[in-house]
Amino acid sequence: MSADQLVRPGKTGVLGRVAGLAGGRGGLDRRFLPVVGTLVVFTLMLVGGGSRYENFLSGRVVSNLFINNSHLIVLAVGLTFVIITGGIDLSVGAVVALSGILGASLLQSGWPATVVIPLIIVVGSVLGLVVGVMIHVFDVQPFIATLAAMFLARGLSYVISLSSITITDPTIVWLSSTRIPLGETWSLTPSVIIALLVVAVGFYVLHHTRFGRTVYAIGGAEQSATLMGLPVARTKVLVYVISGTCAGIGGFLFAVGSRSGYSLTGVGMELDAIAAVVIGGTILTGGSGFVLGSVFGVLILGLIQTIITFEGTLSSWWTRIVIGALLLAFVILQRVLVVRRH
Amino acid sequence: MQLVRHRLFWPLVALVALLVANTINTPSFMSVRVQDGHLFGALIDIMRNSAPLLLVALGMTLVIATRGIDLSVGAVVAISGAVALSFIGSSPNPEALSTVLVAVGIALALCFVLGVWNGFLVSVLGIQPIIATLVLMTAGRGIAMLITEGQITTITSPAYRVIGSGFWLGLPVSILIAGGIFALVAVLTRRTALGMLIEAVGINPEASRLAGVQSRSIVWTVYAMTGLFAGIAGLMISSNVMAADANNAGLFIELDAILAVVIGGTSLAGGKFSLGGTLIGAFIIQTLTLTVTILGISPSVTPLFKAIVVIAVVLMQAPVVRRTMASRRPQGPRPAAVESKPVEVAA
Repeated sequence: MSADQLVRPGKTGVLGRVAGLAGGRGGLDRRFLPVVGTLVVFTLMLVGGGSRYENFLSGRVVSNLFINNSHLIVLAVGLTFVIITGGIDLSVGAVVALSGILGASLLQSGWPATVVIPLIIVVGSVLGLVVGVMIHVFDVQPFIATLAAMFLARGLSYVISLSSITITDPTIVWLSSTRIPLGETWSLTPSVIIALLVVAVGFYVLHHTRFGRTVYAIGGAEQSATLMGLPVARTKVLVYVISGTCAGIGGFLFAVGSRSGYSLTGVGMELDAIAAVVIGGTILTGGSGFVLGSVFGVLILGLIQTIITFEGTLSSWWTRIVIGALLLAFVILQRVLVVRRH
Repeated sequence: MQLVRHRLFWPLVALVALLVANTINTPSFMSVRVQDGHLFGALIDIMRNSAPLLLVALGMTLVIATRGIDLSVGAVVAISGAVALSFIGSSPNPEALSTVLVAVGIALALCFVLGVWNGFLVSVLGIQPIIATLVLMTAGRGIAMLITEGQITTITSPAYRVIGSGFWLGLPVSILIAGGIFALVAVLTRRTALGMLIEAVGINPEASRLAGVQSRSIVWTVYAMTGLFAGIAGLMISSNVMAADANNAGLFIELDAILAVVIGGTSLAGGKFSLGGTLIGAFIIQTLTLTVTILGISPSVTPLFKAIVVIAVVLMQAPVVRRTMASRRPQGPRPAAVESKPVEVAA
């Protein structure tokens, strides 16, 4: 991530002043500080876990971290775009359920996987488009528009089926059972490869395209972006399409991982994804954040779960409390570090 | 014409339409009968089931009026029930009135503290409300699980049952509690300057601070009250089933409450709020839920209907739609009034 790629329009003066203030840190751009915090926490957790438990730093544990969270990684990438524009998307968990159950029921009735897989991803994009239009054309707040989409997607998935549908399609079974060994203990699954591809595409689009810079510009100051002649309307709708598409892909990966579709999956998953994005250093007011930061945010959530499993004596509900505490720490860190807008 | 433009007109139409549809479907729907000196009937059910939602939505209205939002109310509901029931369950004398009173006191005090915590994050540290309350929303259910030790605590104390399913003067106690608090808040905000100060903070925090409004304490108070109201709602919900379920008690109540507020015409952008609108919004949501059940549709499909209602209501309130509708109206002798009125309502 080179700094010059991400300079927001109209902020040079402020940033220059801040860079002066942050001189003690060797001229490190202040926008990277939350991400540096993320990396520090991630490293500390790895080192702490590794010194406390045997086999913690094994290839199997780290591989599983990616395998178990591949869907969440994809969701977090999509949400990063939305949150950088200053919006929010509450519908991703419900869209995961919708595309999973839709895919499972279509496969059950004999549709070929080559049609079903693109279809369930497009369902996510279409929902994202509807949300984007509601937000932009009808001036509905992102919170309410995506809340409506959440109810819509959840309701539709209940209409499709109330019970869990097992997937027996050979393509999905192959995707879910294949392990690609890397060296002795490391391994990859097709889901992880898909997730990493999404990360790569997200990284390229956000940090290396004109569209990506417009996303940052909208989050920095929407009015200025409009006055500069940037395509604000198109970009604002597109970020929700991106998030919806990512939710569709996430639903597909989740269905592959569980080899089933169930209308109750993904309850609260949007909160995990938002928490991952925030812990990954993206500022909720918009204008600042990185795709790779969100990936590390997801990995930190996964590590919390792994550590609690390794600890053995701690009950599973500590996961939520630790995530909450970490979220608080990062929010306060952001508050202290972030460039004040006014 | 004047009536149609009233901001509670469309929500009221929706509520009446739902009630009429139900009466056509089941002619006995509107009837209220007296049994053992208590009132029974679908209408009473709707009111009783809306009591917790109404309390949560009441706090949410005030929070939203200050440009905030409180996502943690569902978690606070779970914590409140967990604390009260764990205390009663582990006390040596679970049937006694004093035990129940102490349990209620402890639960409400804790919920008030949680509200104060949210208010501290928002008003003193200046963290965005949505993320500040997300912290407690995420951690809260874990805390409730910690209190109940992962179990679903159940009790049999008759005194505690009164809060959720008791009757007083023929009316369910939960309706009386929610109605009393609603009236109190309405008087406090509409008969004193408090309501205007809250709206001032919501419309422009900086300007109201410069004008001498103590925005920080107002915002802080509003979050604290929301925590307290959510705590009372949690007592009602847990008393209704006499169990504290840390995972499912008050699940999605924050979303329903926000929905009720939005249906009631209070803008999420802060400023003007309508307590009457919130009341109607809460009734609409509860009637909708009951209608789905009566029609024999699986209750799980309710979200779909909620989605349709939200989309319909927010689109009706959308500036684009309002402008189009205003321009379609025949231009009367005073076109200026026709032009300006919808804008004022939309704000």
